[in-house]
Amino acid sequence: MSGPATTPGSGRRTARFFAGFLLVALLAAGLLSYLASPEPDGLDTVAQRGCEVTEVDGVERLTGECIAQHGTEHPFAAGPLAGYSVGGDERLTGAAGVLGVLVTLAGAGALFWLLGRRPAGRPRD
Amino acid sequence: MYLAMHMSDGLVNAPTAAAFGVVAVVGMAVCLAKARADLDDRTAPMAGLVAAFVFAVQMLNFPILPGASGHLLGGALVAILVGPWVGALCIAIVLVVQSLLFADGGVTALGTNITNMALIAVFTGYGVALALRRFALRGKGGLTATAFLAAFLGTIAAALGFVVQYAIGGQGLALGYTLALMLGLHALIGIGEGVITALTVGAVAAARPDLVHLLRGAQRPLELRRPEGSAA
Repeated sequence: MSGPATTPGSGRRTARFFAGFLLVALLAAGLLSYLASPEPDGLDTVAQRGCEVTEVDGVERLTGECIAQHGTEHPFAAGPLAGYSVGGDERLTGAAGVLGVLVTLAGAGALFWLLGRRPAGRPRD
Repeated sequence: MYLAMHMSDGLVNAPTAAAFGVVAVVGMAVCLAKARADLDDRTAPMAGLVAAFVFAVQMLNFPILPGASGHLLGGALVAILVGPWVGALCIAIVLVVQSLLFADGGVTALGTNITNMALIAVFTGYGVALALRRFALRGKGGLTATAFLAAFLGTIAAALGFVVQYAIGGQGLALGYTLALMLGLHALIGIGEGVITALTVGAVAAARPDLVHLLRGAQRPLELRRPEGSAA
């Protein structure tokens, strides 16, 4: 599996691999996200157990006794990208996802670049 | 309907949320200190991409039962690809972006969410992967099986983390029932987590085994033939 062709060192090969990895993430967030199940995830399913969920004018209401009832509204629920929408428009989930990928990449990339820097003159170990 | 995937604010009381906030901050501080040794010219951009990939794939809820879905947590995935210290930071960054930008996962709940997904899932997944490392080094089958098992058990452990937090400071559902439901649903989600993790780790290892943290230090990553003269 790791013949001479896959020996590390070639910067262009690494750049190509990174570009491919980013493309997969962008496609997942930008396109595949439209195929995602809209049902509540495992944690939400448990949290809503015992309650009836009704939607009035786009606002969810819980009646009964359940864990989620004790949850409070998110402080940024009215934010421009809240709920992976763009300004509340869920048809733009893909765009919100692409933005999220880029923001995460920028934030994580910057942090890891800073952490990985070595003082000048000192060889990397 | 909002796509919401993590604990929201208020599910556990304020002292519990604060206590796990401290756990998360201390855990991340340790990870920040330890991550340095694992980061260089190639692993730093790789880690940034791994975080972005986890953000993307967490959006892809897959059905597990009628009326219920699951999604990748990514703990074992990041641990195998970039190591546990850097990996825990990856997941924490994803959780912060999701909470602050996408209103997914509460702000005061960041402590519990980071504890469950960035600490418990990552380090459980890494522990399992490390225990099976010799098996993982034997070839693609061993590596993908290791990735699957690490991801499955990491997911179960994260679910147990929530149950512990709920037992300390939550209300609304009987504890035993909560435990049974969380375990049952996350056993199913863990299968999906395992499949996604195995496929991703397998693909990265096929293209660039040198970029898989778990395989680092192996003489020849994923070489099936043994060097001549060595006993089988």
